[in-house]
Amino acid sequence: MNSKPYVREVSKTTWFLSHPRYKRYMAREVTCIFIFAYTFLLIVALARLSQGEEAFNAFVQALRSPLGVLFNVAALIAAVYHSMSWFDVTPQAMPIQMGEEFVAGNIIVNAHYGAWAVVSLIILFWGM
Amino acid sequence: MAKSNKPIFWGLFAAGGTVTAFVTPALVLVTLFAAMRFNMDMFTYESIHAFAGWWLGKLIIFGIILVSLWHAAHRLRVTVHDFGVRADKQVAIVVYSLAGLGTLLTLIYLLRI
Repeated sequence: MNSKPYVREVSKTTWFLSHPRYKRYMAREVTCIFIFAYTFLLIVALARLSQGEEAFNAFVQALRSPLGVLFNVAALIAAVYHSMSWFDVTPQAMPIQMGEEFVAGNIIVNAHYGAWAVVSLIILFWGM
Repeated sequence: MAKSNKPIFWGLFAAGGTVTAFVTPALVLVTLFAAMRFNMDMFTYESIHAFAGWWLGKLIIFGIILVSLWHAAHRLRVTVHDFGVRADKQVAIVVYSLAGLGTLLTLIYLLRI
């Protein structure tokens, strides 16, 4: 028996920098920080909304600070990255079988992108 | 076979991932446009209050926030581990407590509108 087995040194904190695939994995995982923070921003908006018009308008005013705009831009980038990474793996996550054949992956992905566009337009028109 | 609560957690995670993928970018655009004064009629007290005051609006807001929080909390737990923190139990307690607190606050605020 080998008394001193070989153990490859792997950094616990920077391991993902060693391969582009690991970097993409970490980028995808890190989006959750922004999703989490943005959801709490929505909860604060609800709190201000429940306190009346003056409180809500003060919230929107605070949103207009450079930090508010910056956070929204960062959240937008993270949210779009999350959506694309989520939809791009839908053929693997939920393969659809029709008869003997599986539906082609790009059809499933494109259907998701199409639905995403429709939902986004509805939300934007609702917000306007 | 041993009983497992994995399917419930996994189901919430997957539902949250799907819901956030569909709605979050557009929601951020709405608040970003409001922040940039892109359209002053956007994200006004009247329109948001009308939506949140409607029972179906409340249900939609609650559903979106609930699954977004659980999705992000579950992924955050894994992400913290991936950055080298080996204290899964404590991390799990913190992230799921935050998600639970956020869900509870959402319920309280919605009922007050």
